[in-house]
Amino acid sequence: MINARSLMKILVYAILVVSLIAFITPFLLIIINAFKTNAQIIESPLSWPTSFNFDNFFVSMKEMSYFHCFTNSLLITFGSVLLIGVFAAMTAHYFVRNKTKTNNLLFFAMVASMIIPFQAIMIPLVSLYGAKLGWIQTVPKSTLIFMYLGFGSPLAVFIYHGFIKSIPLELEEAAFMDGCNRRQTFFRIILPILMPTTVTIGILNVLWIWNDFLLPLLVLQNAGRESYTLPLAIQVFKGTYTTDNEKFLPAVLLVILPILIIYLFAQRFIIQGVTQGSVK
Amino acid sequence: MIAEKNRMKRLGNQVFFTGPTVLVFTAVIIIPFLYGIYLTFFSWDGISSSMPFVGGSNYVEVIQDSKFWASVWLTIKYVLATVILINGVAFLLAYLVTNGIKGENFFRAAYFTPNLIGGLVLGFIWQFMFNNLFTAIGDKTGLDLFSKTWLGDENLAFWALVIVTVWQYAGYMMVIFIAGLMSLPKDVMEAAKIDGANGWKRLSRMVLPLMVPSFIVTIFLSLQRGFMVYDVNYGLTGGGPFGSTVMASMFVYDKAFIRFDYGAGQAQAFVLFLLAALITITQVYLGKRMEVEA
Repeated sequence: MINARSLMKILVYAILVVSLIAFITPFLLIIINAFKTNAQIIESPLSWPTSFNFDNFFVSMKEMSYFHCFTNSLLITFGSVLLIGVFAAMTAHYFVRNKTKTNNLLFFAMVASMIIPFQAIMIPLVSLYGAKLGWIQTVPKSTLIFMYLGFGSPLAVFIYHGFIKSIPLELEEAAFMDGCNRRQTFFRIILPILMPTTVTIGILNVLWIWNDFLLPLLVLQNAGRESYTLPLAIQVFKGTYTTDNEKFLPAVLLVILPILIIYLFAQRFIIQGVTQGSVK
Repeated sequence: MIAEKNRMKRLGNQVFFTGPTVLVFTAVIIIPFLYGIYLTFFSWDGISSSMPFVGGSNYVEVIQDSKFWASVWLTIKYVLATVILINGVAFLLAYLVTNGIKGENFFRAAYFTPNLIGGLVLGFIWQFMFNNLFTAIGDKTGLDLFSKTWLGDENLAFWALVIVTVWQYAGYMMVIFIAGLMSLPKDVMEAAKIDGANGWKRLSRMVLPLMVPSFIVTIFLSLQRGFMVYDVNYGLTGGGPFGSTVMASMFVYDKAFIRFDYGAGQAQAFVLFLLAALITITQVYLGKRMEVEA
């Protein structure tokens, strides 16, 4: 006899599997169609490719300057994340250990600023750094990193702040007794302890910056194709009315593959990092 | 406390530790925010050196701009639909993958996958799905719903956006719900079970009330992202067909960077920000009042 319990279990599995198909199918379809010609894609988008042709991958790579853009994405992402991590940790540490009026006010301003969405300041941002200062025209990529540091700091300071509060002050006093000064204490004692939090912040920021579209669009769009990040580069294949799918799909795959491969190996860390980052 | 006796030394450390962050934070967020408010009182095309003061006329323009309000209403409709569906789907999935079923971790990881990829590319991927796959299914099965691409129909294109957004964020919110479900007090749940509360009763009387803090976070995040949606909007429909799916963010972007009306564009951005802030703060406030303790 099938009892209610096992019936329930079958129902649960059914829901999970149907959801799984819904979540995975789009990616699978991109993969199988990336090896087809335009005619084959229109003819039978659902069928398995008859042959695995990598030619279009090379064409796409060349047309979107894949290696340039990949390097740009890499440099901008890791440059920004590194700066955010180090500077935010320093600031948060100082805020926790020196609760002066100024520091409390600065910390409050940073936390409060998190409610401001990017769209609310993108117009003045571009006006200031483009038309007024000219940074966007002269040093677009560095300007972009500078901006990511600004937009990424508040959350990072906030998360570090929460963690540093739980580090016993005695630890720092002991280091102080042993002759460390402020800076040595921070870099030799505190920063290593912060490692798990740094990983969390790193993951959150890598996912954001690597995939970000609107800010790089505003800062890099006039800097020439060689300066694009991957999300900008992929647009090369989008026409106004049509899409050249046999080049576009390989390009999509080339853009999403690096992060999917990392996910295969680090999914536990990534999911953990995202959870810790958003629950705080 | 490790306080420096020497005043100069204290100032030096303050600058060393907090200087870079505070400086960049001020330059990238505070100054543009204030400058943005200033901009709304001027008429400017973003290039020319003349920037005449126009008083409140940009705000008058915003109030009278029926197209802007149409995009705001559309955004509100979109936010309503996505917040409900994202949270519903995410909670269901989280509930089902925390019951000790085999392969839990695999399911969780799979549902989270869309969050690794930016909204723009997700929009592109789904554009391909709607234009090529669904129409192929329509051809084969003769289903009327799929006979033409959804993205060519004003009403269906809106729902296509909603579907893709739910697909994008459900896994993310699921992860937050999982964290909440895992931290439910086990002894209380056990006690309820022994006292004879069935599955449904435990869910509605105990789990849901105790999960309010998680809901505050997920609803906050989905509200905020919904109001500011741009990437998916741009990637999937590009505002089309015939401008029927231009959400508020896209409207603001176009106003400033395509029609070169920076002053009015910023006034719209500011109005949008106030609206979104008001709604999210109200939500958090109401949510906090619903919190219970086990």
